[in-house]
Formats: sequence, C-alpha cells, structure tokens
Amino acid sequence: MSENRKLIKIATAGSVDDGKSTLIGRLLYDTKSLTTDKIEAIERSSKQRGYDYLDFSLATDGLVAEREQGITIDVAHIYFNTDKTNFIVADTPGHVEYTRNMVTGASTSQVAIILIDARKGVIEQTYRHFFIANLLRISHVVVAINKMDLVGYEEDVYLKIKADFDALVAKSDFTEDQITFIPVSALKGENIARQSEEMPWYVGNTLLDHLEVLEPADLEVSSLARFPVQYVIRPKTEAWHDFRGFSGMLYGGNLKVGDEVTLLPSLNTSKIKSIHYFDQEIQEAAAGSSIAITLDTEVDLSRGDMLVKSGELPTSEKRLTATICQVNNKPLRVGSKYILQHGVNRVMAKVDQIESRIHTDFTGTEEAGQLKLNDIGRVHFRLSKPIHFDSYHTNKSNGSFILIDEAEYDTVSVGFIE
Amino acid sequence: MQIINTMNNLLIPNPKEAESIHIIREVAAQFERPVLLFSGGKDSITLVRLAQKAFYPARIPFPLLHVDTGHNFPETIEFRDRLVEELGLELIVRNVQDSIDQGKVREERGRYSSRNSLQTTTLLDAIEEFKFDACIGGARRDEEKARAKERVFSVRDDFGQWDEKNQRPELFDMLNGKIHNGQNVRCFPISNWTELDVWEYIRTENIEIPSIYFAHEREVFLRDGLIWTANEHVFREEHEEVLVKMVRFRTVGDMTCTAAVFSEAVSLDDVVGEIRDSSISERGARIDDKRSEAAMEKRKKVGYF
Repeated sequence: MSENRKLIKIATAGSVDDGKSTLIGRLLYDTKSLTTDKIEAIERSSKQRGYDYLDFSLATDGLVAEREQGITIDVAHIYFNTDKTNFIVADTPGHVEYTRNMVTGASTSQVAIILIDARKGVIEQTYRHFFIANLLRISHVVVAINKMDLVGYEEDVYLKIKADFDALVAKSDFTEDQITFIPVSALKGENIARQSEEMPWYVGNTLLDHLEVLEPADLEVSSLARFPVQYVIRPKTEAWHDFRGFSGMLYGGNLKVGDEVTLLPSLNTSKIKSIHYFDQEIQEAAAGSSIAITLDTEVDLSRGDMLVKSGELPTSEKRLTATICQVNNKPLRVGSKYILQHGVNRVMAKVDQIESRIHTDFTGTEEAGQLKLNDIGRVHFRLSKPIHFDSYHTNKSNGSFILIDEAEYDTVSVGFIE
Repeated sequence: MQIINTMNNLLIPNPKEAESIHIIREVAAQFERPVLLFSGGKDSITLVRLAQKAFYPARIPFPLLHVDTGHNFPETIEFRDRLVEELGLELIVRNVQDSIDQGKVREERGRYSSRNSLQTTTLLDAIEEFKFDACIGGARRDEEKARAKERVFSVRDDFGQWDEKNQRPELFDMLNGKIHNGQNVRCFPISNWTELDVWEYIRTENIEIPSIYFAHEREVFLRDGLIWTANEHVFREEHEEVLVKMVRFRTVGDMTCTAAVFSEAVSLDDVVGEIRDSSISERGARIDDKRSEAAMEKRKKVGYF
C-alpha cells in the first residue's frame, strides 16, 4: 500500500446487457492493469467466439458457469490502481433476482457506478439500483450512460436520460451534488480514460479522472467513536503479566489516551490508559484503526461489549425497527427466531412484525406476510438482550446487522437500523 | 501505509492492514481450532506478520501448518524453520510423500508431472487429524479470476468442497463463521490485497523473505515460454537444454509448478519496481494454472486451497 495512494471502493450496477463487465475491463485495460498474458487470453477468447472487437468483459467474468451463460452471476472483486489511487471494484450483477448481490457489493463501497444503456434509457432496473444506493447511503453515485456509440453520440439522448434520472433523484435522499452523469462508450473507450472527441458537447471529466478526484474523507459520514470489543488479549507472560488489552476496530470518531469512557452493557466508567498498535504505544487512534486498548481500572469487559466516550452513548434497547433486505432463499416470517449479529456481537432476535414490503422503485410500500429473497421491508424485532446501536444513517457500522439462520447458519438477512 | 504522526502520536490506519487484522482476530474469536496454512511464500509470511500485530503482546494463538510436497525449494524450508524458531511459533508439517506411501494419491508422471494437486489430500487429512475448524490462507482475490469471487470466510464441507453458487453473502465487515460439525472454513485475511500491496508492505515493514524471491543464478531450462528449475524433481526431456541464468521467483510453490522470471532485482526496491512495471501476471508463472482456462476453479471445487 503505497504511502501516497488513497483507497476508493466502488460498486457497479447495471442490467444484463448494459456492458458493465466491458466497462470494468476497459478501465483495467486503460490503466494498464491488464497484464500481457491476460490481454492475450482475451484476444484468444474473443477470436474463438468470432468477435470483431476485444471482449473486455472476459477480463472479469470468472466462473465457468457464467462463462457458458455469458453473464455475471455473483459479486466479484477487481483491483486496479493509478499513480494516485488504489481502487477496489465490487462487480455486482444486474438481474432482478440479484438485489442481494448489489446490496452485498454496495455494503463495502463508497461509490456506486450505475450503468444505463443509452438506447434503453432509465428502466425499471435503474430504479432498483438507485434505490439500493439510496438505502445503503452510498456517498457518491456516477451514472454512466453507456453505448453512446450506438445512438450516434447524440447529446439529446444524454439529456433525456439525465432528466429522467433527475426525477428519481428528487424522490431519494441524495442531493444533486452527490450524482455525476458521464456519457461513455466502454467498448470504444470514449470518456473512460480518454476525453471523447465524438462528444465535444460533454465538458466534464472522464470516468477515470472523476473517480480519481474523489477523496475518501469526503465519502465518509463523520460519526461518534464506537469500539466493540473483538478479542481480549491476555499474554500471561512474565513481561506482560497484568496486561489486559481490549482489541478491536474503531468505528467513527477517534480515541486517545486519557479519554473518559463508558462500558456497555455495564455502564461502568473508566479511563483509557494506553493504546497499542503492534509494539508501539500511540497517543491517539483515528477511525478505522485496529488497535488494543488498556483501561485504568479493572473492569469486566468481553467480546461483544462496547466501549464509547462518556457522554456519547448509543441507544441500548431490546427492541428495534430496521429495514431488512432478504439475502437467502428462506423467507423471513413473523415469529421466526434468528441469531442477530451486530458487528462482532451476537444475540437472539425474534420477528415481532413485518410492517411492510418496500417497493424498490420508489413507489411506496405494501402489506406483506413474509419477506422473500431480494425483498426489502420494514421489520420490528425483539431481542434476547439489548444491543448498543446507532441509526444506520449516523453510523453505518453500528447501525447495521445480519441475521443468521438458527438451523442452517446461513446469513439470511441484512438490516439497517432506523 | 499507516502513518503515525510524530507530533501528536496519532495513528492513521492503513485500511487494508486494519481490515486484515480485524479478520484474523475474528478467526481467533469465532473458531475453536484455527490453523494458519504456511507455504513459506510471501503471502503467508505477510499473514504471520499480520497475526503478530493482531495479538501482540500475546503470542499468535494458533499453529502453522505446512503441507510439504517434498519438492519445495530448500531455501523456503530453511526460512520456514528459522521464522518459527525466532517467533516461537508452533509448526505442524504434513508430507505429501506420506499420502503417496499410504496409497491415498498417486504420483503423476511425465512431462508436466507435479505434486501440487496432491496437496489437497494431505491437507484434508491434516484438517481431520487435528480437527481444525478454520484454515487461514494467504489467497488474494487479484490472483486469479475464480479467486475474485471468493469470500473472506469460505465454508467447506467434509470433503473440503467449495460450492460457488451457495456462498454466504458478506455484508459490511461482519463475518459469519457459524458452522456445523464436520464443516470447516477457509479464511482469507488478505483477500483485498494486490501483489503490489504485498510487496510494498514487505518493504515498508522490512519483513524478511526467502532468498529465491531475489535475483540469483540458477540452472534452468525453457519450455512453453516458461523458465523451469532444472533439478531431479522436475521432469525434463533430453533435448531441453540446461542454462545458467539470473532469475527470481514471483510466487513460491512446489518446484514442479513454479516458473521463474528473468530478473536483475536484488533488493526489495528493485522487486517493487519490477512488479510495478511488470506486464506478466503473477499466476502467469504458475504452471498449474496453464492446464486449462478453468483450472483454478476446478481445483477449488475439490478442496484445493
């Protein structure tokens, strides 16, 4: 990890034939991230199939089954870098039934690229993709209007699609400055890394330039310090006889030596004695640090408990309401019990009420007896023990959870706490 | 890189390192008997450093397992033993030769023979013998197309099989390691690192690695555009002429499946520079992947690491 490169995480969404894999393949090619052996493999495969152009989608489509079907069927992670930036792309498929995959890919991303086929314009799929970006509170959306080569690079086509999309933005929580429109041809490389001469009417950045000027700090919502205890470090050696380090990742804010802290669930208070990062003692840690903390007083604190700054307590409740996305074939039903995993903490949860199913095209809600795979709904839960949470929109990490099936142990749902 | 600002001694994390430490701590917390699969290669050496960081000042709370094909580079084995000694780690070695002697697998013969795919049986036997429920590996998603879809926690059945259509979605950084008896989980803490990330990390952290990663003179021969090590473990036709060349290795596996690259890179700076400019992928020098386009995916389905 270069000293100088920032990290930007992107999720891509598009319908089956919007050319998403081609776009990613093109980004890889234009940033010289494809190696000669991969380019040769693409040339060979493209030729075998009788294409008269290089099929860059072959750079990313990984699994045998989908190569046979010619579609992407799962979340794939792709990496490339420029001199200034490391990029991670979560490539998520666009089928109706694959909402689950886009939610998964978007959960770890700061930026979403939504692809639109210029010939088709804004379609139902676009609504759904944008709805998920909105639900997950993605910080920045790039609307890539692709296949401009097939509509004669006409500005009118671009403007019509932009106007249609703006109508969607008005229904969402996004502000206009969070959305950027770029007309591209992934196949021909227009406005990807190279400013298109075919579209002189477009004066904005190319896709790559645009992604490069994004700053990670601007893409994070600032939030209060939350430190869930992940693992207690007790060396039990001569040199570290009394050491008890509470290790974990710091979500939001920062923590420094001397901070007054409150421990949850006990509500005991203490003071941070030291902060350890490997063999170094540091004074202060910023959000995102994996550290170990020792406290001034002997306290009872174990995995799943939480340490926060005194005066900045989260909500501790045995009831909560959340927006649920069902990511498993088994439906979510009223009365069902699940293992609820909130960060590193697990409690039992029971579905009290499924209030509604939410239409993923911004057209409102309807009553629902259950939530099936790819359904999104508003659900009330009762828990075996309180958890210490924030609302998802104030702290993503502390405002989300997964549900684990009690019998199969599969991850069946993801929840965003209100 | 993590920056510790000397003015106020503030830690600004390196996001990939912080994520990896988080994953390793999750493994230790969620499983009864984890093990770190150690090959002596740069990725597993990086894992050891990350594990040290995750538990310091305590020792790494799980052993290392090396599945030895018997065809490893001697430099790797020496390095392994020294590292284990210096860090006070527990090392378990299981040999592919034993699996062959027990008649569980048959040695391949001929031109492309390798013990690489035979490792799977030895690994699965070791998992059963020690009742390991989590195997930490150094696989990275950027290595190969089939790996790009791998989860951080990948559930395997009794037969070590990977079902790519039935993987648990991983949301945010929440890891679900709940399993049934007989299942185990492959855990990949450096999933999100690239080859360049690993090399830059090794350089910044000043981590020692086996000498074969640096340019050295070696007896080699050329076949199919790849540079093969010439020695008794590697099948060579008579007409395939042995040459002495300056080479280094980009991955360190079994001699029979790891090709060298021509190189003058004798320092970490040289190596990082070479990787940055390189136009051949890391696995391009893996002979085991050349067998077919879907080679890796097929091996994974039957329990290959």
